[in-house]
Amino acid sequence: MAERVGALPRAAQAGVGAGLFVRLRAGIAFYLLAGVLTLFFLGPFIWTASSSLKQPNEITAYPPVFIPAALQFENYARAWTKVPFLTFYLNSLIVTVLAVLGQTISATLVAYGFARFRFPFRNALFMLVIATLIVPWEVTIVPSFLLYKWLGWLDTLKPLIVPSWFGGSPFFIFLLRQFFMTIPREFDEAAEMDGASSFRVLWQILVPLCLPAITTVAIFSFLQHWNEFIQPLIFLNSPENFTVSLGLRFFQTTPADPGEPKEHLLMAAAVIASIPCILLFFAAQRFFVRGIVMSGIKG
Amino acid sequence: MGRRRALEGYLYISPFLAGFLVFTAYPLLASLYLSFTNFNIIGEPQWVGLENYVRAFTDDTLFWSSLGRTGRYTLLAVPFGVLFSLGAAMLLNQGFAGTSVFRTFFFLPSITPIIASVLIWIWILQPSVGVMNYLLSLVGIPGPPWVQSTTWALPSLVILSLWSTVGGSRMIVFLAGLQGVPRELYEAAEIDGANAWQRFVNVTVPLISPTIFFNLVISIIGALSVFSVAYIGTQGGPAYATYFYVYHLYASAFQYSLMGYASALAWIFLVVVLVLTVAQFRLSDRWVFYAGGESTDRGRDG
Repeated sequence: MAERVGALPRAAQAGVGAGLFVRLRAGIAFYLLAGVLTLFFLGPFIWTASSSLKQPNEITAYPPVFIPAALQFENYARAWTKVPFLTFYLNSLIVTVLAVLGQTISATLVAYGFARFRFPFRNALFMLVIATLIVPWEVTIVPSFLLYKWLGWLDTLKPLIVPSWFGGSPFFIFLLRQFFMTIPREFDEAAEMDGASSFRVLWQILVPLCLPAITTVAIFSFLQHWNEFIQPLIFLNSPENFTVSLGLRFFQTTPADPGEPKEHLLMAAAVIASIPCILLFFAAQRFFVRGIVMSGIKG
Repeated sequence: MGRRRALEGYLYISPFLAGFLVFTAYPLLASLYLSFTNFNIIGEPQWVGLENYVRAFTDDTLFWSSLGRTGRYTLLAVPFGVLFSLGAAMLLNQGFAGTSVFRTFFFLPSITPIIASVLIWIWILQPSVGVMNYLLSLVGIPGPPWVQSTTWALPSLVILSLWSTVGGSRMIVFLAGLQGVPRELYEAAEIDGANAWQRFVNVTVPLISPTIFFNLVISIIGALSVFSVAYIGTQGGPAYATYFYVYHLYASAFQYSLMGYASALAWIFLVVVLVLTVAQFRLSDRWVFYAGGESTDRGRDG
């Protein structure tokens, strides 16, 4: 209230200029606030990058050193070899690539089934898809663990991959179904008149038209699997099977070299673990916003 | 033809059906069964009736304390998280130059692996040489010992969660909601003499109430599930200060091999989540405003 009272008399005096003044003041407020938020969100990244390039004595210096005297890029090489990061990276790649493929393909098939076919209990089954969205992982984790133990899958990458091939997350099914439903059915029917099978309709008509949505699903799936921490923690035991997230945890708990702090190496390792996500994010930014909007608004 | 289409339909959704049976329905029922047994992985589960539940409610101080702590965490993380996400979204909705760059900056923490985020924040909040306490000392505030103190450990994890969620999908969903509010309504309200706060309360909030509701439901479920940050950052400590409910479940199952007891904890958790979610849906009738089917997709898809 006070703000506007202050603005009004000036507005009355200056006429056209007043709109500009109000706009200018709003602009200053915007950049000030956005700047503060940027500091909060980006500051930790900058501090991490700076810490990861420090010498051991700079790491424990107080007041803190913000710009290292000599950038220690070899910290990254040391972090990489201190624990078998190459192995962790390969494991994460195997899990992520296979799980993304599984989730994307099976979610596409299931979404197609729900969007384009009539069958008994279709709506009830779709409600089931939605219902599985709110079953917390905590509730199924113990029997899942026992199931994988019985299958002999513990300490292998299978529990992190195989479930993705079966329906691939209710959230993705929901998202793709919504998207398929925006495509006019006449497209399918024209192809069916020419004798195309239902799979060809999916593969040659719907998939190309829905490629942006499918890409969005693949990107979300990538992040989800690359960042997954709890499942690897519970299902894996041997360091040679660890994914990057669990490997980073392993690194956190390994003792430091005598007489040297570990934080600079730990920060280098944190950067190493985050790089794929950050690169993917910058490469595919527009898909993120679109995907979240597509899914969120329906709530 | 119709029957064939129906069969094909089942064929396409069969991966979901199989996955649902094996990876959701079976574990759900199995954990219900196990919750009535004693089972330490070796040997067979032994039926003990309600013993696990009785034990949780009457004979396990960690059950109540971890539940209370999770409630406290949720009461801090959700209101602040939702408000800050809404604030950030409103900021980005003003249409100033550079908005998309700022959106990118705000979003970045939410895609960072949780393990990396925790390590970064533990290092920032390091009590003696950490940069946070240095910055606080510059403005004359003596920094607390953060994760090393029983008082500050939980708030530290809340700050960490705000960093990694405020600018994430919750903010993007708010932004989309805000963009759906017709400009004319603001103009009309302004002509009627409504100030910024009145416009916010009487125009923005009612029109984006479905979005607020969606974000609230999702955020509460997320906050109740808090585990990884405490596991990586504080090991549930110091002195159980960050030993949350799901941590208790994890420790019971995978550190003490009490599979039956952990299953009972899991089912209590499921009931708590369901009750809270249903309660929110009930309460939503009073404050969530759906504008004539336009804001939902149901209207369009028929």
